[in-house]
Amino acid sequence: MFRFIVRRLLQVIPTLLGLSVLLFVWLRALPGGPEAAALGPRPTPEALEAARARLGLDEPLWVQYGRYMRRLLNGDLGTSTVTNRPVLDEFLLRIPATIELAFAAMAIAIAVGIPVGYFAARRRGRLLDGLTLSGSMLGICTPVFFLAFLLKWVFGVNLGWFPVSGRQSSGMNATHITNFFVLDGILTGEWDAAWDAAIHLVLPAVAVASIPFAIIVRMTRASVLEVLGEDYVRTAEAKGLTTKVVRRRHVLRNALLPVVTVVGVLTGALLSGAVLTETVFTINGIGRYLYLAIQTQDYPVLMAFILIIALIFVIINMLVDISYSIIDPRVRVR
Amino acid sequence: MRQRRLKAGIAVGAVAALVLSACASERVEDAEDLGYDPDATLIIGTAGEVTSLDPIYTADGESIRVARMIYDTLLDIRPGTTEVVPGLATSWDSDPSGTSWTFELRDDVTFHDGEPFNAEAVCANFERYHNLEGAAQSPPYYWRLLSGGFANNEPEAGLGEPNYQSCEATDEFTAVIDLAEPTSRFPRLLSLHVFGMHSPAALEEYNASDLGPWGDVQWPEYSTDHPTGTGPFRFVEWDQATQEVRLERNDDYWGETPTVAEVIFRAIPDETQRVESLLTGEIHGFDLPAPAHWDTLEAEGMNLLVRDTPVNLLYVAFTQEGNEALQDLRVRRAIAHALNREGLVNALMPEGAEVATQFTPPSLPGWADDVITYEYDPDLARDLLAEAGYDEDNPLELTFLWPTEVTRPYMPSPQDMIELFAPDLEAVGIEVEPISMVWGTEFIPAVIAEGEGDLHFLGWTGDYPDAFNFIGTWFASANAEFGFDNPELFEKMAQADQTVEEAERIALYEELNREIMEFLPGVPISHMPNAIVLAPNVEGVVQGPLANERFDQARILTE
Repeated sequence: MFRFIVRRLLQVIPTLLGLSVLLFVWLRALPGGPEAAALGPRPTPEALEAARARLGLDEPLWVQYGRYMRRLLNGDLGTSTVTNRPVLDEFLLRIPATIELAFAAMAIAIAVGIPVGYFAARRRGRLLDGLTLSGSMLGICTPVFFLAFLLKWVFGVNLGWFPVSGRQSSGMNATHITNFFVLDGILTGEWDAAWDAAIHLVLPAVAVASIPFAIIVRMTRASVLEVLGEDYVRTAEAKGLTTKVVRRRHVLRNALLPVVTVVGVLTGALLSGAVLTETVFTINGIGRYLYLAIQTQDYPVLMAFILIIALIFVIINMLVDISYSIIDPRVRVR
Repeated sequence: MRQRRLKAGIAVGAVAALVLSACASERVEDAEDLGYDPDATLIIGTAGEVTSLDPIYTADGESIRVARMIYDTLLDIRPGTTEVVPGLATSWDSDPSGTSWTFELRDDVTFHDGEPFNAEAVCANFERYHNLEGAAQSPPYYWRLLSGGFANNEPEAGLGEPNYQSCEATDEFTAVIDLAEPTSRFPRLLSLHVFGMHSPAALEEYNASDLGPWGDVQWPEYSTDHPTGTGPFRFVEWDQATQEVRLERNDDYWGETPTVAEVIFRAIPDETQRVESLLTGEIHGFDLPAPAHWDTLEAEGMNLLVRDTPVNLLYVAFTQEGNEALQDLRVRRAIAHALNREGLVNALMPEGAEVATQFTPPSLPGWADDVITYEYDPDLARDLLAEAGYDEDNPLELTFLWPTEVTRPYMPSPQDMIELFAPDLEAVGIEVEPISMVWGTEFIPAVIAEGEGDLHFLGWTGDYPDAFNFIGTWFASANAEFGFDNPELFEKMAQADQTVEEAERIALYEELNREIMEFLPGVPISHMPNAIVLAPNVEGVVQGPLANERFDQARILTE
């Protein structure tokens, strides 16, 4: 297992290197640049020139790239050209918001998706099954940002049930330790702050959950149907095991295998959904920050954030592979 | 023993609870008597986060808005007007040469850290600006505008000789500042909160001036955690995770005691979301709602405070460098006559917007009522172009640069503007190639520093109430944006800038406005009102033409 992990991690290196070159070239090929940020409303040619030199943008591309990689290998991700704060600080400040949102969304998708899919399979061809299928189709088809807007408009602006922006109400004066606001509220015993943060998560998490939910429902349903028809289930039933035991030990466990794989793959989709949803709900996560960084062509932020996200992606996929082998003893890493 | 302690604890608790509840009920009665809640928190939505809490390093509205609460300036602007009034300085005067300025200071002011405000503190502030070094020379746009340079300019910074010379505390509450040359910017520009007065002790303790060597800016602790001024609010916290800056009432404020206990500035970058947050009560207001939202906001019962004597200008610039056609006055006049400015104002701008006759807003002294005007007259435009040698066989070809992803207080929607003006020009036979560019990363460097394109939209919002803040910005020296060299005009501009006597200077501004409109370096388009919007239960905020509201007298009404 250890060798497997090391090998997978080593495979990541050329991928990330290639990505870094592509990103570096692509960013600099875009018209305009970050040098005018923070030069005031009327930058003089001299100030602009000075800023270019300060940011090293007047050097040949390969020199810039070499310098960037050298700093990167020393653990220096650079400084944002807009806020002048270290990129790593910016990332660590915002990643909890994104993880919190993704976690809440995945929790909703799994907690609701698997039972719904399971019961749809058990009631195959009946009303519940039909509703589930058409509902999940709608979930897949609806663009996340549209759903986000819709949820916000109906449940936030019109009904006023949920807040429409941010992660916590202003004036809450909550203590932040980990920057996972719900967790912080629980850790510090500030229950009102935890509740407030949780309420803020509801609409964005439901929006982000829509696609994974729909896919999980369909996967679970199909998988359960397949397993229900397997010989070993029939055998188990014939042996006189109770329905409960058959369902839990034989049907669900085997049916969940493909679902777990899908959950891993969906985490990627979740991140892209989070970018749009964070923007719609003004959540200060990495998604919205990336969106703003593209507008300001904040090279160091874009480079570092995209590389880190790619790395997270790879690690998640690796974890999926590992969990796969734990759930299904037949799958063993060679 | 334990039981006794418990009893004692209960007794203390009970007494504390009684005292607390008595205080609370007193406060509620207070609030009822006053009609507003003095313990309330005012939450203002902003379009972005502050860049630094030390305003000398900032030039953006969001940062200066927060600075206005924490700091006081030597000169101030009377709320709701463009009139310069005393701030921390009770009076100021110069010698006849206009290079030596004496400021008499208030003697009853204390910084938030308990340090006294006096002439030495003022001089410490100015000496600090003047002696900034390394990376700290890069951000201070307004100091560079005021003084032109630093004591020891970084060779890479491309700066000139500083105009600021020295500051001397002649007695405890009198500071004398010496300049090399007189300038209209001094002392008026000091009313901008970029020049808020800091506690010298806090500046030193938290390394306010150390942004590292020339290169990447590293914000010192002072910029992020310890801003210390004399203003109506003290800094509490800048939570970068929630993008909020929290301030609390300065109970020892030398001016009127603030009427809210806390103010929170919360960044909500998207305008639609600011509107929604206001409608759902998550925030109490925000600045500069787009004119397209004004009707909705008013229909929902919000307080829309319109700044109806706007100190701003939208213009179309001619970049003459490298374009012979635009160097021909007849062509520039033809373009001015071809543009239906009134049509644009009526179609895109809110009520109260007006067509500009010159490069200075009418609300500032120096605006001239007798400049040459260019009425919308396509026939005359065609004749002028023909005179200059352009017709159907030899059409004039021009690029027209316009910005995307931006609205400004003077410019509601650039795309709609180009869609109106390009056909106007084509109607008189000019072939126009509109080119769009992203505002901050592409458009601004291209048009201002590189002088790209033939025509472009741009504008200006006043920083301080003086005509030089407008005409001096564009026409005091040769620059890439306008791309012409007119030494006579530049000389007159310098003369006006250095004229100390106010009436004389204003007469020179009027003369300059007449000359500029004769020369026609571009076409002034419009002055557009803008607004600040507040929830129906918020009162006491007076909107100002310079968009420089303080929220210290905001009252959140009790239901």
